[in-house]
Amino acid sequence: MKKTFFLIFILLLLVSSVFSCTVSEESDDGEEISGNTVTLNVYNWGEYISDGFDGSMDTNAAFEEYFNENLAKKYGFYVKVNYTTYATNEEMYQKIKSGAGSYDIVVPSDYMIQQMIQNDLLLPFDATTLSNFSNVNEKFKDSPYYDPDNMYSVPYTYGMMGVIYNSALVDEEDASEKSWGLLWNEKYSKKILQFNNLRDAFGSAMYYLGLDINSTDLSVWHTALDKLSEQKELVQGYVNDEIFNKMTTASAAVAPYFAGDFLTMAYQNEDLSFYYPKEGTNYFVDAMCIPRSSRNPEVAKEYINFMLSEEPAVANALYVGYASPNDLVVQNEDYIAGISELHEDAMDILYGQTPDEVNASYPYNPCYQSLDTLSMNDSVNTLWESLKTENSTELWVHVSCGVIVVGVLSLAIYNTAIRKWRSKDYRRRDREIAKAKKAK
Amino acid sequence: MKKYLSGIYLTLIFGILYIPIITLIFFSFNSANSTAVFEGFSIKWYIELFNSPETFEALRNTLILAVLSSLIATVIGTAAAEGIYRMRNKLAKSAITSVTNIPMMNPDIVTGMSMMLFFVAVVAGISTVFELTYEDIGFFAMLIAHTTFCLPYVILSVLPRINELGNSLTEAAQDLGCTSMQAFFKVKLPNIMPGVISGMVMAFTMSLDDFVISYFVGSSNFQTLPLLIYSMTKKKVTPDMYALSAIIIVTVFLLLIISNFKTGKKIEGRRREARRK
Amino acid sequence: MMKKKQSIIHSIAAAPHIFWSVLFIILPLLIVVYYAFTDGEGNFSFENILSLGEYAEIFGLSLELSVIATFVCLIIGYPLAMIIAKSKPKHQKIFLMLLMLPMWTNLLIRTYSIMAIFDDGGILNSLLGTTFHFIGTKGAVIFGMVYDFLPYMVLPIYTCVSKIDKHMWEAASDLGCSPTKVLTKVIIPLSMSGVISGVTMVLVPSISTFYISQKLGGGTFELIGDTIERQFVTGALNVGAAISLVMMILILISLSVMNKFSDSSDGGIIV
Repeated sequence: MKKTFFLIFILLLLVSSVFSCTVSEESDDGEEISGNTVTLNVYNWGEYISDGFDGSMDTNAAFEEYFNENLAKKYGFYVKVNYTTYATNEEMYQKIKSGAGSYDIVVPSDYMIQQMIQNDLLLPFDATTLSNFSNVNEKFKDSPYYDPDNMYSVPYTYGMMGVIYNSALVDEEDASEKSWGLLWNEKYSKKILQFNNLRDAFGSAMYYLGLDINSTDLSVWHTALDKLSEQKELVQGYVNDEIFNKMTTASAAVAPYFAGDFLTMAYQNEDLSFYYPKEGTNYFVDAMCIPRSSRNPEVAKEYINFMLSEEPAVANALYVGYASPNDLVVQNEDYIAGISELHEDAMDILYGQTPDEVNASYPYNPCYQSLDTLSMNDSVNTLWESLKTENSTELWVHVSCGVIVVGVLSLAIYNTAIRKWRSKDYRRRDREIAKAKKAK
Repeated sequence: MKKYLSGIYLTLIFGILYIPIITLIFFSFNSANSTAVFEGFSIKWYIELFNSPETFEALRNTLILAVLSSLIATVIGTAAAEGIYRMRNKLAKSAITSVTNIPMMNPDIVTGMSMMLFFVAVVAGISTVFELTYEDIGFFAMLIAHTTFCLPYVILSVLPRINELGNSLTEAAQDLGCTSMQAFFKVKLPNIMPGVISGMVMAFTMSLDDFVISYFVGSSNFQTLPLLIYSMTKKKVTPDMYALSAIIIVTVFLLLIISNFKTGKKIEGRRREARRK
Repeated sequence: MMKKKQSIIHSIAAAPHIFWSVLFIILPLLIVVYYAFTDGEGNFSFENILSLGEYAEIFGLSLELSVIATFVCLIIGYPLAMIIAKSKPKHQKIFLMLLMLPMWTNLLIRTYSIMAIFDDGGILNSLLGTTFHFIGTKGAVIFGMVYDFLPYMVLPIYTCVSKIDKHMWEAASDLGCSPTKVLTKVIIPLSMSGVISGVTMVLVPSISTFYISQKLGGGTFELIGDTIERQFVTGALNVGAAISLVMMILILISLSVMNKFSDSSDGGIIV
């Protein structure tokens, strides 16, 4: 045991020291220029950038190369990208707000950008000054609600939520209605998935009912909650990324998710189909921003500008699978061929209808605003909690737990009692013996 | 009969423990980008793994952190267990043990959050005197956090051993002329070693697997493997992470077999020697 | 003279730990306390603590599931620890390593593997051709807890049992004990400190676990760990801090009660 463990320990130390050597070697080539190597901290969603998989372009490495060859002289230093990742907007927000991380690039979603601007966490850098900003499609530049003057953000991806269903398990006539109602169809009880985050879950109910997703009226949220608790009986689970596995293995039949992700799922299971609900649906934009705490905003701007140029933008759009707001990407033949490989209608699904067309019948802004900004955070959270707790716990849980607790307690009490009784007994005997001795 | 029964029991439990691991290794050879639908055999995820410097840097960070924090926690924890055992004052004893358990009792997210706020405050305090940013202490913050939540596991696994052992052995050693230091290192420590090792293994394991605390305490320049894997949940976890887990498991497994083979031989040899004598 | 010297050295032994605890456990904990008793603007308030009544049900469910999981761990783990302790020394360390090894893969990946096996369209169901529904039930959550925390039950019990003198068994049976009596009167009482460590190490983390319940429980119900996590992530730090503070106090109380009832002669392990 001891030796094995130390053997493993020593091996691990060796392995890690070898790694540390290789890593430090990489960053050691700044001889021509007197300045040092500057680290650019990029904080992005997981699996959200092309990493050189299957011969594709490693866009971070490509940026380093581009910068070190063309711009290092101008700036007087080399650049190394330090790329780290996060899973939700809120986690990223907490990290930046607390000051525990200083990053040069972050990629929040629309509502989070709005919230971060409000809290003065983003640096205004005027995206229009970037030379490649012209590549961005007009409709993303035309005063987006989260950043009306394009001061803080450059769109990276966008997309819409839709309903994914398994055509082998779902009747075509139910699906052909193209409604959120499929998620409430009792026929597919226990085969329906729902989002495990309150914004998207409430969102699906609110679009379905034609309610304002950014309402500040609590009664509107209560109406949506009633709809959700009606659905709860039918739901197999409240899930996030498990949707990929559950849908591809046909564990579930109906689920809401993003169009870009549907393409990857459909690539593995040909039975899967997709539609945008007629009632309207969520439309999101993820955009590159520079936090206020950035130490190298100039390099960050170069990074954003580089990601807007054709080749990296195509590589990233292919890797991520979401729609690209970059005009050069949408016209690029390699991109069209690549994305159509996933699904034959991929271009149509991603770009066939503009967000405005999809949401033609939805009377409100289809983009989420931050609940924080709406100051609805606490009250909506309470509603979500009540949805999660309203089911009754099965009897066997109470019974078996009760049996265990009673059993353990009575055993403990029995033991203590016996011990007490015994020690009394011993003491009595001791006294008797002592008495007997005295008597002698 | 008894032997058979215990054999069956062992096989059953280890079988259940290892079925998910075997599934994981199986899917690491998937030719499709899926961890649920198997399409065909391929080693492309292993190739992908070796082509991604980010993954290896994360692995390196994870290993360094786990090795260092479990070592520090073992040293401090073993000493603490001995100290707690010797403590006469009942109140102090129970106070220390309760405090020890707090990191284990708190949900990870609370520990992580409170530690992060603590370190942010520390940095803010120091930076009024020196110039210092969170990045500068990032690694140490992580090391301290990991050591802190590993400590109760070490203490909880060493303390029962010390309690079982009692005082008589060390007292005998001291009567025979050992100093109390010698008595501890030469007599007590070897006797409680299994507890120390299992505490260390537990600490190492906890640190290796920790996500939440690292998430909050970590700085931008220090990403560990769990952080990398969890951040993939926006899209989905790719099979190259399965490949990495498979490599780790199989390597340790082989090491285990090899070392066991060797020590087995040694024990045999020693026995033979003893018999000859 | 001898005694005094000893106590100085041994009180020094705990010193680094005490120092460490004060600095890195107590101080961050004070931050939690601060958040629990303030509102969003930093004013003193009892509101967070008073609002906890809503969470009684969630807390009850977490407690029930973790008690069951701990009990299952004990039932499975105790014989396992005994078998390992009684096997050849050469094999013991292999078994122990085998027990810990699954934890060296990532929790998320392990959970996904479990889901791939037991899901409605998972490996098990497609191999057997059945429609067995397991993922998304409370049973699956208990399974997940047992799967993840079993080593923490086995290791301390093993540590204790392997320390028991082999002759103890013989002596007891020589004195006329039946094998069951040897177990209940000799072995179990002697391994009690290990059992209590094990119960603590399983019960406490499983009350506050949050990932297992989200994934294996299908998200249709919430445990207290999920609630706290959501509070923190959505920025409601104060309520989250209040819940965890109260939870901590409740756990401390129940552990000390448990310790009172257990063998008090070598108590002091937990509280």
